[in-house]
Amino acid sequence: MTNEKLLVKDKDVVVPGEVLAEGMNYLPGNGTYRLNDKVLANRLGLLVIEGKVLKTLPLAGRYLPRSYDIVIGKVIDILMSGWRFEINSPYSAVLPLKDASFTYIPKGADLSRYFELDDYAVVKVTNVTSQNLIDVTCKGPGLHKLRGGRIIHVNTNKVPRIIGKKGSMVSMIKRATDCMIIVGQNGIAWISGQPEMEVITVNAIQMIEEHSHTSGLTDKVKDYLEKATGRKIEMTAEVAEIGEDVGNVEEMRE
Amino acid sequence: MNQDLKNHINESLKKGVRLDGRKKEEYRNIEIKVGVIATAEGSALVKCGDTEVIAGVKMTVGEPYPDSQDQGTMMVGSELLPLSNPNFESGPPSIDSIEVARVIDRGIREGKAIDTKKLCIRKGELVWTVMIDVLPINHDGNLIDVGGMAALAALKNTKMVEIENDKIVAGKRTEESLPVNSMPIPITVLKIGDNLIVDPTEEEEEVLDARLTVSVLEDDTLCALQKGGDASLTTKDINEMIDLAIKKSHEIRDKIKEAL
Amino acid sequence: MASKYTKRDNGRGFNETRPIEAKAGVIKKADGSAWFRIGKTTAFAAVYGPREMHPKHAQDPKTGVLRCNYNMMPFSTEDRVRPGPSRRSKEISMVSTKAILPVVNLVDFPNAAVDVFIELTETDAGSRCAGICAASIALADAGITMRDMIAAVSCGVVDHQAVVDLDGPEEHMHDIDVADIPIAMVPSTEEITLLQMDGKVSKEELLKAIENVKPVLKQIAEVQRKALKDRYK
Repeated sequence: MTNEKLLVKDKDVVVPGEVLAEGMNYLPGNGTYRLNDKVLANRLGLLVIEGKVLKTLPLAGRYLPRSYDIVIGKVIDILMSGWRFEINSPYSAVLPLKDASFTYIPKGADLSRYFELDDYAVVKVTNVTSQNLIDVTCKGPGLHKLRGGRIIHVNTNKVPRIIGKKGSMVSMIKRATDCMIIVGQNGIAWISGQPEMEVITVNAIQMIEEHSHTSGLTDKVKDYLEKATGRKIEMTAEVAEIGEDVGNVEEMRE
Repeated sequence: MNQDLKNHINESLKKGVRLDGRKKEEYRNIEIKVGVIATAEGSALVKCGDTEVIAGVKMTVGEPYPDSQDQGTMMVGSELLPLSNPNFESGPPSIDSIEVARVIDRGIREGKAIDTKKLCIRKGELVWTVMIDVLPINHDGNLIDVGGMAALAALKNTKMVEIENDKIVAGKRTEESLPVNSMPIPITVLKIGDNLIVDPTEEEEEVLDARLTVSVLEDDTLCALQKGGDASLTTKDINEMIDLAIKKSHEIRDKIKEAL
Repeated sequence: MASKYTKRDNGRGFNETRPIEAKAGVIKKADGSAWFRIGKTTAFAAVYGPREMHPKHAQDPKTGVLRCNYNMMPFSTEDRVRPGPSRRSKEISMVSTKAILPVVNLVDFPNAAVDVFIELTETDAGSRCAGICAASIALADAGITMRDMIAAVSCGVVDHQAVVDLDGPEEHMHDIDVADIPIAMVPSTEEITLLQMDGKVSKEELLKAIENVKPVLKQIAEVQRKALKDRYK
């Protein structure tokens, strides 16, 4: 009978080469691997124990595009039949002509009329090939060019925390600051509102990033927003219920 | 550059709000530590917000320049290390890194910060050479100013080295300080639209129209100037920018003195 | 074989390293970063990537490419070092890359590069090992998939006596035979990923020195892992 031993607990921060468990009963999931009779971590992450499966949620790492992700990108090139977007990833994405707009774009049209160099837009990833060639679309609900406002970079792994369960965290910030906020899965966020309120929004988002792996986050952010804006925040029943950060961890991408 | 984003920053600046909530004339939090490198004769580490720069001084002896036979020599070197920012590449010094080095150099040289006459050992034959190297660890804007602070603090921290038979004895430092007479402070003022700001972050530097670096001495005289940016400046701009630089130089000089 | 080197001038035990300190996340603009200090030798490391790789012809369609770049700051030695790459720094860059490659997995990032920049601010022997230790922490800090850390230190043989972590003065002793052996290891499997030597030793002495330094390298790996975790306290 092998020695079964779990050396870590749920939500511990684990690091490469760290022994998580001993014994053949424990199974390695994402972010972990088996070495002889031990299970070790192979990336910096937050440990999640699901029965006998040990896996980690990454705490760092650049954005790797996946189909259906909603991202914010910047136009870096105008092509013959579309536009090339930089999406905060080692790989750029292409927006083909047919996916740019619901209105018909005639052949030979001046493409910069629709998207110019350095324009930002909210787009959705439609396809990712094995060589990481990426297609995006701008046709669909919530997908559009961005005007005005400011762009900030956030840790792509923390985006689920920033958005919150059913969008509750980002909604709380929106209500407190009256800013429009769009957070892309790729770690690019767009904020638009009064200058002082934008600063408060950025600070709140940075606070979430810094403390994303701790508990009591929603209260910390709520306290900050109330102090900074001088307004009381009424949490709706939904936000209060999921004020328990434990639930949000599941939202983090594997 | 996205004109939309730039307009937005402009509009916010008109209301006196910068991207990080600072006021237009406000510096980020400054921390200065001296004597941080044991292998250097003098050294300093300066943090200004997230920008972090390290400066080290190495002393050596050599021949004087032909047109100043009784004076020591000095040089400021700088490299924009790829360690400090994703936009910096490995390779020969970029024009930006050369500019940082030369602007800091001019301020120190023209401001006669180092008493080079005292650095003469034998006229025409042997003088001290002061090498100041300024390197960023993390670049989030304002490298010239922060580099300048680091260079000055490092110079003030510098001790002379022992000489034997006209050669320096590596690693043997004396109690004698390098003769530093003045502290010329470089202050860079940015013009964005009609707004003037100091201590820009990297993001703010990306949208600048023009900038003016002014090196200011204790008595408010100027000892070096450098205009940068693609747009032009009116004389009214220059007037206001110099006033702002002079005002800020006192704050910065005090900060350096505190740390020594 | 009996050795003349019965006591170290610095007072340390034969298997004792100088004091080690490590921190992660010290360079905000980088995707991952670290600071690693052993005695006076101090290294910063910053990781940028995975990111688009230039030049394009160096891209690998099967996997991301790891590139380590080692550099010494001009004031990091008693005699000022001229800025810019030297043959020595290029060689160290290459062996550092090879020291870390066996543990990283970049197959999810074909055609991309992971760049690691190592800067020494102060050196007193053991700089390439300090650089590798810092680079290892920085890569983990950047979220790179790696099966373990890479710990590195110089082990040496001084007149037939195995010692660990030679400092500057020890490296330069003239009246006694000194072999300087920088070594890097994967702690969980004891695989050796860096092995170099200056000096003269017998095969037995070398193997003994390697066995000797393994527990020390495992301890160094613990310090590296702690630095990563401390960032999340």
